Amino acid sequence: MPFKPSLASVLPRTEPARLSEARWRPGVDAPPASAPFHSEIFASGSEASGAGLALALAHDALTSPGEGGVGEDTRHVLWVQDRKAMQLNGRPCVAGLPPDLRHRLIHVAAATPEDALFALEEGLKCRDFACVIGEIAGNPRALSFTASRRLSLTAERHGVRLWLVRLDADPDLSSARMRWQARAAPSLPPRWNAAAPGTATWHAELFRARAYPPGEWMLSDENGTLHIRHPKPVVVNAAITPDLGHLARPTIGQSLAARARA
Amino acid sequence: MAIWLARLSVNRWRLALAPEGAAAAAALPTALITDTAHGPRIAAANDAGLAAGAQAGMLLADARALCPQLTAVPSDPAGDLAFLEKLALWAQRWGPWSALDPPDGLLVDVTGAAHLFGGEERLLADVAAACARRGLTVRAALAPTAGAAWALAHYSSHFRQPAAILAPGDDPLRLLGALPVAALRLDDDVLTVLRRLGIKRLGELAGVSGEGDDPARETAARDAFARRFRNRRSPAANPLIRLDQLLGRVPEPLLPVIAKPQPMVQRRLMEPIRHRDLLDRVVDDLAQDMVRALEARGEGARRLELGLWRVDGEVLQRRIELAVATREASHITRLFAARLDDVDAGFGIEAVQLRASWSEPLSLSQADLDAAAEQHGTSLAACIDRLSVRLGPQAVTRPVARASHLPERAQGWQPPLDPVPPPPSQLFGGTLAFHTRPLKLLDRAERIAVLYASPDGYPQRFRWRGQVREVVRVEGPERIAPEWWRERSTARLRDYYRIEDDAGRRYWIYRQGIAGDGRGGVPDWFLHGLYA
Repeated sequence: MPFKPSLASVLPRTEPARLSEARWRPGVDAPPASAPFHSEIFASGSEASGAGLALALAHDALTSPGEGGVGEDTRHVLWVQDRKAMQLNGRPCVAGLPPDLRHRLIHVAAATPEDALFALEEGLKCRDFACVIGEIAGNPRALSFTASRRLSLTAERHGVRLWLVRLDADPDLSSARMRWQARAAPSLPPRWNAAAPGTATWHAELFRARAYPPGEWMLSDENGTLHIRHPKPVVVNAAITPDLGHLARPTIGQSLAARARA
Repeated sequence: MAIWLARLSVNRWRLALAPEGAAAAAALPTALITDTAHGPRIAAANDAGLAAGAQAGMLLADARALCPQLTAVPSDPAGDLAFLEKLALWAQRWGPWSALDPPDGLLVDVTGAAHLFGGEERLLADVAAACARRGLTVRAALAPTAGAAWALAHYSSHFRQPAAILAPGDDPLRLLGALPVAALRLDDDVLTVLRRLGIKRLGELAGVSGEGDDPARETAARDAFARRFRNRRSPAANPLIRLDQLLGRVPEPLLPVIAKPQPMVQRRLMEPIRHRDLLDRVVDDLAQDMVRALEARGEGARRLELGLWRVDGEVLQRRIELAVATREASHITRLFAARLDDVDAGFGIEAVQLRASWSEPLSLSQADLDAAAEQHGTSLAACIDRLSVRLGPQAVTRPVARASHLPERAQGWQPPLDPVPPPPSQLFGGTLAFHTRPLKLLDRAERIAVLYASPDGYPQRFRWRGQVREVVRVEGPERIAPEWWRERSTARLRDYYRIEDDAGRRYWIYRQGIAGDGRGGVPDWFLHGLYA
């Protein structure tokens, strides 16, 4: 990796209380004044971790209490991809999207990074979008620091959030408020078929952020909510021998198997 | 009503002179000349020039021979025409509709408007007085048709008619019969032909117009005329058409002059202002009014004229020109502020007027739209419009589920704001609920090289995009049969596997066909989707 090891792993643990207080964690959004409206997620082009993490973070941020996400959000979500990103990483599949997003996604297939940036900016200016997700492959000349600054300012001005997924890109200069490096991580084995792939898990490293110290997390998206998975072997062992405690209760109208699958 | 500006160019030349020099210049014999292939030729001459013997159409050299002190001034036909155009607009004070009659005439439709001036004689007197005030020599005439009015205006001096008015009840042929045929607005060569034919007056031509005593003879004569001029389609070349136009038997279309009112705003001040800051305030108000006026017309100002009327009757003019059409009040105010430093208010300024004498179309306010969008954000429809205008309509779409099991057919793209069809799972009673689908589908499934297949049939190790991956977890197969009603009978089924490799990357791969299904050789493996 071309950049320095994360600060969190280097910092001496002198002030663990304050640091843990300030650390980012899912479900808790920053105060609106410093809310990150523009985040970047660097990911490999041969896996969908970037888009998956972007969707998970977006869902997490938009349903956090500070955002007033109690009722169902009916606003649309704009997903912009440039052609290279579509070739590399494919287009969103409506049946694979989170269920609450399937009917309110608007996709923009931009031919060039310039067009993609234009679409991102126009999307950020629109008050009817819940958030904007962008995917741009590589380090195109158009996506300079000035361009990212433009995106940041537009997003902050209009209060629409942007998660920009950078596929196979070097973390160059950018004014994004939170910058993540994401890669896929081995998932927990599912409860009923230990040989099958489990729920999506990512290794996410926050290497630049304004409101938070940098850090690394194992994040997983379970039933639409983002969780921190503590990378401890104990958890893995516990998952292999599934804890059925919460299933041991009266089942009403549903079999145990159906409940476990749900 | 026809107005003939008999001495238009000379009048204009005089008006262009300074008032104090005009009298002296008028006394000198002067000719307005145009350059022709045979040297300068006189286009018009002033009274002294005419008296000295200069005639329109003369060569300047000939005129100089008659009158050596003749002054030559270049004429300005384009300026005359522009002046005539302005005059046509000005003449709309007498009627709602006016047309140019180049080179030196105007036609005004005063139908039903004469009573506003107290009758037709009074109307003509008003025209004469108003034109005399402007220093123009005119002859005006009223008639039911434009042709008759023109004839009267130009040739009524040949004709003993006190007031050049032809009432609708009058017989035009009887009253106008004594006019020369030139009163028909004919070309010179046609006039020559008529002269050779021996026809000099309208009355003689009228003998063929069907108004006489012997219809048979007249018809024969008219036929002869019609044959003589059968090839002349243009009214100016065909005396019969002109005659019929004069008599009102044939309609005569005229091109009206439409006034283009200049945006103008003004403030009359209750108390004359003498101080600069008050004046700035008034100019600022005017600029805002002007911006509204321009906005209503969809224009931006290129030239702005500020008129300041002082109490003592002086008028101060300040003019700014702008590089591009502008409609921005603060900009206008700022520009004028620099030009108002040397204004001498005297005893005070009682009226301020701002006029955009040159404006250009300026599409209605992208700027304002943007400003509104800056504050409140655009609407969804506006955003979609902007995107699809720049990127093309097919680039902005919405994915919708379709009734199919094949992944690439299970999803369609439709325009983003079209109504979303109900999901197929509802259409078919929930039979199309899929097993876990990937977040991303590649546009075309990419072939993978299976390096080692497990005994169960799925790959244990494969190479994709030049990278070898070790499969750690597998779920499958999910068999998706080809849609035989769409595809050929040799289409192979697909067995989809959900896999995860050693690094945790999750993919959706499939085997196309089964070994021994009789639809091809060894089945190939493809990678179709990427799980989050």
